Amino acid sequence: MQAYINSVSLISPQLTHDGSFLTHPLVNELACVMNCVEPVYKEYINPVALRRMSHVVKLGLAASAICMRQLPDVRPEAVIIGSGLACLSDLEKFTRLVEEYKEETLPPIPFINSAHNTVAAQIAMQHKLTGYNITYCHHFLSFESALRDAFMCLSEDMQNVLVGGIDERTSDNFHIYNIAGFWRKEPVNNLDLFKGSYPGTLNGEGAAFFILSNEKSDGSLACVTGVHTLLLPNSTIEDVNQELEVFLKKHSLSKEDIDLFILGRNGSNVYDSLYGQFEEEIPQSAHIAYYKHLCGEYMTSSSFAMWVASNVLSSQSLPDILTFRRGSRQDFHRVLIYNQALGKEHAFILLERA
Amino acid sequence: MRRRVFVTGFGILSAIGCDVESNYSSLLSGRSGIGQAKFVKTLLDRYPFAEVPASNEELAAKAGLRLEPFHSRTFLLGLCAAKEAIRMAGCEDQLPSMALVGSTTVAGMDLTESCYVRMVEEDPTLKYLVDSMDCSDAVNRMASVLGNRNMVSSVSTACSSSANAIIVGTRMISSGLADRALVGGMDSLVRFSINGFNALEILSPTGSQPFDQNRDGVTPSEGAAFLVLEAEDVVGNRRVYGEIKGFANANAAFHQTASSPNGEGALAVISKAIEKAGLQPSEIDYVNAHGTGTKNNDLSEGRALEAAFGVEAMPLFSSTKGYTGHPFAAAGAVEAVFSLLAINNQVVFPNINFKTPMEELSIRPVTTLQKKEIRNVLSNSFGFGGADSSLIISKV
Repeated sequence: MQAYINSVSLISPQLTHDGSFLTHPLVNELACVMNCVEPVYKEYINPVALRRMSHVVKLGLAASAICMRQLPDVRPEAVIIGSGLACLSDLEKFTRLVEEYKEETLPPIPFINSAHNTVAAQIAMQHKLTGYNITYCHHFLSFESALRDAFMCLSEDMQNVLVGGIDERTSDNFHIYNIAGFWRKEPVNNLDLFKGSYPGTLNGEGAAFFILSNEKSDGSLACVTGVHTLLLPNSTIEDVNQELEVFLKKHSLSKEDIDLFILGRNGSNVYDSLYGQFEEEIPQSAHIAYYKHLCGEYMTSSSFAMWVASNVLSSQSLPDILTFRRGSRQDFHRVLIYNQALGKEHAFILLERA
Repeated sequence: MRRRVFVTGFGILSAIGCDVESNYSSLLSGRSGIGQAKFVKTLLDRYPFAEVPASNEELAAKAGLRLEPFHSRTFLLGLCAAKEAIRMAGCEDQLPSMALVGSTTVAGMDLTESCYVRMVEEDPTLKYLVDSMDCSDAVNRMASVLGNRNMVSSVSTACSSSANAIIVGTRMISSGLADRALVGGMDSLVRFSINGFNALEILSPTGSQPFDQNRDGVTPSEGAAFLVLEAEDVVGNRRVYGEIKGFANANAAFHQTASSPNGEGALAVISKAIEKAGLQPSEIDYVNAHGTGTKNNDLSEGRALEAAFGVEAMPLFSSTKGYTGHPFAAAGAVEAVFSLLAINNQVVFPNINFKTPMEELSIRPVTTLQKKEIRNVLSNSFGFGGADSSLIISKV
């Protein structure tokens, strides 16, 4: 199965929505969080509707509009969203209202907008996309779940589908996970994220959208050829390597066939030890890239990595800002993205040159 | 050639019973589960609700677990339903390779909503509750108990969530990604959704009366249901209870919470699902409607049914939400189980609480239990955000 990436968009803590990121990466001076650089929303969203929208809905509507504008003749037959936390800010707002106002009559808007499928629904409504519409909310496997569904759609009867990975940062969520020791206690320059040994990482956010098609076009950036997830508490590096081997074998491939590994290292020693062991068995000639120093950690950050992978495969170059280890290979034929959370949820995405 | 997808087991907990057997006997006797709330703590207790008649301790015991403070009611309901489905299918040994697609809208809100502000404002003793907020928590815990490894996921599309989980599992099997899938949904009754529906002014003061002229809103409830789906070619000679023969998911793209008065979104999925099943509308013997008891849904869905089937040729239909209330994410799977019970017992369940026909509609729901040949059932689920889905469940 080949799912051609015919259009991409990314709103992130970098200047990715207008394309200047690869030449001008942003450095975040001493912080524990990374917020999206937002576009001018009224260029993409009706200004009247805009006022009632939460941050994540704005991110989703703008990012999906940027993605679709690049292919004005294509109307996606499906809208498939992966979002770990979905419409969290409205959910938090309404939860607080219930508690604070002692169940008196409350304003319904935050409740309405807290439905996990609000981003997908608003995209459908804004663009009158009346086809298949679904939202996956499954922690660090949300985007991969959406991607797997996109594959099924393209193997059924659809030609073009819109897939997105999106999560917003909220202050409540930051505090909750801060108690749990998830974030850096001391502010850090994001480019120094991988220096030293700390339990916490940077709290990030982002919205990446892709139009996937079962037909290659002149503008195809890359193609996604597989996605695989594993849920296994306390998994060891042997479990991970074995799972990867099985996955690659299904595509008649081995690790030697991968030119670039994009890994989800996040600068937390709780997470990164498994990546360290994983790197030891990557062939020396292959390239290794990281990305979370540029977007922070969030549950659908592998969609940021897929945006990176499609750029590398189409431009045939790996920017220094992403490179952890430069290999000897000249061409980029295949890229593997590996992201995992707490040694429990693991995901692989395999991409090839279009 | 796409593979056929069979149902080999199902499990359910709803306001009318904690297993398949008790749900079926309540459906036969016309006993509603709507009444005074016992477990959820809410100041809106002047409204009737529909709770699963079991405490968390009883649910944990039923699931064979020791109740832990991080076990949400949502998870306990889901695990109990899944275990019943697996037992019925007799497929315990297949669990590691079985896909698991669950769904919820409130996740572990039952644990967190009572201490949310305290939890956020740095009471470190509450940090064990953090993970239960996530939609994946219940499904991941289920997978930990049951042993599913790959293709474990959660869908969340408001009130059509578990219908979509069934659709995703069916497509995983028909496309060859998986041979077997455990699919369904679960929600517990929480203040968050009770107050949300109160804010929308659609809480029923009297108890849900679907398709009645004097219907006055939704009765929020809770529940869980899971189905074991298997590819035709791996079922062997084990018993098959039905087939997921058709399905459709579409977006109405009309309004964030309302359905269009003429039900275009509902009509689209009803027609597509029948077409996908390779059937004519005349081959549908029973429709288990979404029928929430709100002014808006029942008018819109009723008009869609009239348009899809024609008033004269309308098959028997009922909403079972007069029995169960509206268990939100679980509704689609709960009603899929009722559809399977209809097929396996050749019976149509009445639309209880119905008295006065709606002025705008010419079709009338079934009000008494009917014995009848049932080959194909249409089950509808509609959610916020125009998230419409329909299933066709058929006799094999």
